[in-house]
Amino acid sequence: MRDVATTRRQFLKGTAALVVSFSIDKHQTAGAQAGASPKSISTEQVDGFIGINTKGEVTVFAGKVDLGTGVRTALAQIAAEELDVPFAAVTVIQGDTALTPDQGTTSGSFSIQNGGLQIRQAAATARQALLSMAAKKLNVEPSDLAVSDGTITSNATRRSISYGTLIGGKNFSLKVDKAAAVKDPGHFKIVGRSIPRVDIPGKVTGQFIYMQDFRLPGMLHGRVVRPSGMGATLQSIEEDSVNDIPGLIRVVHIGNFVGVVAETEWGAVQASRRLKVNWSPWEGLPDQSALWEYVRATKILKEDVTSDVGAATAALPRGATRLRATYDFAIQTHGSIGPSCSVAEFKDGALTCWSASQATHALRKQLAAMLSMPEEQVRCIYIDGSGCYGRNGHEDAAGDAALLSRAVGRPVRVQWMREDEHGWDPKGPPTLIDLDAALDAKGNLVAWTSAFFLPVGAATPVALVPATLANLPREMDIGPGGILNDTAIPYTVPNIRTVAHRLETTPLRPAWIRAPGRMQNTFANESFLDELATAAGADPLEFRLRHLKDARGAEVLERLAAVAMWERAGAKPRDHGARIATGRGLAFVKYELVRTYVGVVADVEIDRSTGEIRVKRFFVVQDCGQIINPDGVKNQIEGNIVQTVSRTLMEQVTFNRSRVTSLDWGSYRIIGFPEVPDVVIDLIDRPREKPWGSGEPSASVVPAAISNAIFAATGVRLRSVPFTPDKVKAAMARS
Amino acid sequence: MTTSIALNVNGRTVRVMVDDPNMPLLYALRNDLGLRGPRFGCGLGQCGACTVHMDGKAVRSCITPLSLVGDRSIVTLEGLGTPEKPHPMQQAFIDEQAVQCGYCINGMIMEAAAFLAKTRNPSDPQIREALASNLCRCGTHLRILRAVKRAAAQT
Repeated sequence: MRDVATTRRQFLKGTAALVVSFSIDKHQTAGAQAGASPKSISTEQVDGFIGINTKGEVTVFAGKVDLGTGVRTALAQIAAEELDVPFAAVTVIQGDTALTPDQGTTSGSFSIQNGGLQIRQAAATARQALLSMAAKKLNVEPSDLAVSDGTITSNATRRSISYGTLIGGKNFSLKVDKAAAVKDPGHFKIVGRSIPRVDIPGKVTGQFIYMQDFRLPGMLHGRVVRPSGMGATLQSIEEDSVNDIPGLIRVVHIGNFVGVVAETEWGAVQASRRLKVNWSPWEGLPDQSALWEYVRATKILKEDVTSDVGAATAALPRGATRLRATYDFAIQTHGSIGPSCSVAEFKDGALTCWSASQATHALRKQLAAMLSMPEEQVRCIYIDGSGCYGRNGHEDAAGDAALLSRAVGRPVRVQWMREDEHGWDPKGPPTLIDLDAALDAKGNLVAWTSAFFLPVGAATPVALVPATLANLPREMDIGPGGILNDTAIPYTVPNIRTVAHRLETTPLRPAWIRAPGRMQNTFANESFLDELATAAGADPLEFRLRHLKDARGAEVLERLAAVAMWERAGAKPRDHGARIATGRGLAFVKYELVRTYVGVVADVEIDRSTGEIRVKRFFVVQDCGQIINPDGVKNQIEGNIVQTVSRTLMEQVTFNRSRVTSLDWGSYRIIGFPEVPDVVIDLIDRPREKPWGSGEPSASVVPAAISNAIFAATGVRLRSVPFTPDKVKAAMARS
Repeated sequence: MTTSIALNVNGRTVRVMVDDPNMPLLYALRNDLGLRGPRFGCGLGQCGACTVHMDGKAVRSCITPLSLVGDRSIVTLEGLGTPEKPHPMQQAFIDEQAVQCGYCINGMIMEAAAFLAKTRNPSDPQIREALASNLCRCGTHLRILRAVKRAAAQT
C-alpha cells in the first residue's frame, strides 16, 4: 500500500514550520477525468468507493476511518483481494466528505462487518466490469479470462490488458451490483494474512501526520476558556488581563463560548490561562456521593422491553431458589492520550475542517447547522488523531476551531488542553441494574428478570460543546450510544423479561465509550449468572453450556475450557485465609445477541489486607467469523482486555456540584505497565462466514470475568465498577 | 520581547525566536522546528508522550522550560532513526506491530531506548518499571513489552 502521508507532505521554506498540503487533485484523477463532474461519494456507485489510475494504482475511498485499530490496512486487504491487485497498489483515503461515501460513524465494531463488505462488493463489481471490458477488447468470452496483479489475460490467446489501460483515470459509472460474485475464500491470498500495518513505520519514526501535526499557511492558534461551572453563564470578561500576551489576535466570545486566538500556540495557552472571566455561580450537578439514589430517582420517560418470554414475573416466586442483586457501573471518560484537536479554515464563504472525528459526514451536518451554513459549503476531512474509543472531544474541538476561525477570518487550530479533555469530553453514563432470577430444584434457570436504568437516546450525534455554550443550533436530545444492546441475554430461559427504564437525563453529557451499554449490561448479566451457578452448585462453564442453545457459542466455551485448562469444579470460594487469595472467573458474550462470540477466563490475585486486585492473566477465545488480519484482531483483543482491566479496577470520573474534578492522570488513574496482565488468545477463524467486528466485543466480558474471579478467590461478590481497594475491603468486611 | 535561543537538536544547532524563554521545549520542537515525534499529551509531565532525550536522558519536554535547556544535546524520535534506517528500538516496534493509535509511542520508544542504553539484559519487571510512568490508552502494553525485549536481545 502506498503511503499517502509522504506523498502529501511538504515543508514550507523559512520558519521550518510543518505545513501539510492535502491535494485532492491527485485522488480525483485516480477515479475521474479532469474537468468531469465531482467525484461520486454515493454508496450505491462503484466510483464512490474505488478509483483506478492509468498506472493501475487503486484508491479506496472509505467512509470508515482508522482510529488506531488498523482498519486502513484491513480495508486495503479486502479491496486488493477482491480486485486481484497487489496489496502495495492500494491506497485508502478516509473520511473526507468531498471524496468518501458516508458509511456511517466509525463505531460499534462495524468497520469491517459493514464498511468492509460494502467495499468488497464495490470491488467485486469493478472486477466484473473490468473482465467484461477486457473480453470485448480481447475479443474473447469473459470465462476465458484470468486476473493476476491487475492484469487480465486470455487463457486461449495469452493476450493481456491491464486495469490501468482499461479504466485508468476514468469513471466506472456503474452501480454496485449486490449480485456480483465475490471471491471464494478458498482462493484468498491477501485476506486472512497478518499483513503488517502500513501506518506503523511512519508512526515509530515521527513521519506520520496526526491531526495534531496538521498546519496551514497563515494559521493561528486558539484555546477555549471554560466556564467555572458546566452550566454557568458569562458575567464579564476583563480583556485587559491579556493585553501583555505577545501575538494575541483576539478574545472571542459568543454567548457563553469564550476563546482566545494568538499567533503562537504558547501565546494562546498563556492567554487562555490568564484571561480573567467572571461566571455566574452554578451548582446544577447532583451530589456524587448519592449518585445511585439520584439515578434511581431520575424521571423515567419510557420503558424499553428488550426480551419477554413466558411469564417471568409470575414464575419468579415459584422457583426453588430465588436470587436478587443490584449492579452499578461508574461514569467513565475516554481518556485519549492526545487531547482533541482540529483546524478550520473559511475561504470564499466555505468552511473546510480537518478533524479526527469518527463521523466526518455527521460532523459536517453539525457544523453547517451550528453556523447556519448550507451543508454544501462545509467540507470535513479526517486525519488520524489519538485513539478516541468512542465519541470523545474531536467533534467539539472542530466546532471550537470553526467558531474561532470565523471570528478572526483566518485558519485556526484548536488543541484541547488535558483539563479540557478530561473535563469536557462526553462521558459514559452511570448504569444501574437490578436483577432477579429463580432456579428450579434441579438448579436450572427458570425465570430471569432485569431492569436497567439507562438514559434515553441512541447513537445519534452528540451536541457540540461550542454550539451549546454559544447557544447556536444543535441537537437537543442526548446521544449515549446503543446502550440497550446486551440487556437481553444469549441463554435460553423459559421465563424471561428484560426491561430498560429510559431516564430523562444523566449527570454529565453522555456519549459512547468502547462497548457502550454492552459492557455495563454484560457485567451485570454475566456476574449474576455466576451467582446463579453458585446457588445451583454448578460449574460456571457447565451452567452456561446447559442454558446456551447455540453451537458456535458452545464451541467457544469448549475451546476456552481447553485453552485455559478450566477445572469444572464449581464456583466455590477457595479462600484459605491467606493474605493473597487467588481465583479465576469466566464470562461469555454473543455480542448484541447476533454477532461475535467471546469467552474469557481471568486469573486474579487479591490482597486481603490492602484490597488491591492484580489481574494476572486473561485467556480469550473469539469467533468473529472470517478474519481479515489475524494480528490486527489480536491487537484489538489485547487492547480491549488491557483497557477494560483499567476501567474495571480503577476508573471513575469525579465531579462536584459545578464540574468534573478528575482533570488529569493523577485524579483519573489508568492502568500502567506494572499492572498489565498477560493475554492468551485463541482465534476461531471461519473464512466462509461473514466477517464480524473485533474492536469491542472482547471488552464487554472483562468486568464480569474479574468479578467472578474475585468471588472464586474470596467468596465476595463485587457488584460495583470500579473495584477500588476501598470497595473491595468494604465488601470483604460485609461478608 | 522576542529572544533568540540556540538549541542543539538531532545533531544540529538551530535557533528559535521566542516571546517567552519559559515556554516548554515541546512547543519549540513542534511549532518552530516542525518536528512531530514529541507529542503534547498532558502538559503536566504525567503521560510521557512528549519524551525526548537530553544528553541521553529521557525527559518530558512539555514541562522543560527552554531557558533550562542550554547547550544540552536534544534527540527526538526523528533523530533516533528514519523509516529507511530505523533505530533498533524503532525496528523492534515495527517487528512486533507494537502500535495501535501510536500517539504514546514516541514516549515509549524514547523512554525504552534511554533505559536500554544503561541497562543490559533487563528483566520483564525492570522493563515494566522503566515504563511505569508512560501511559498508553489503547492497551498496546504487551506488544510494547515484547518490542523492548526484542530490542534488548539485539543490543
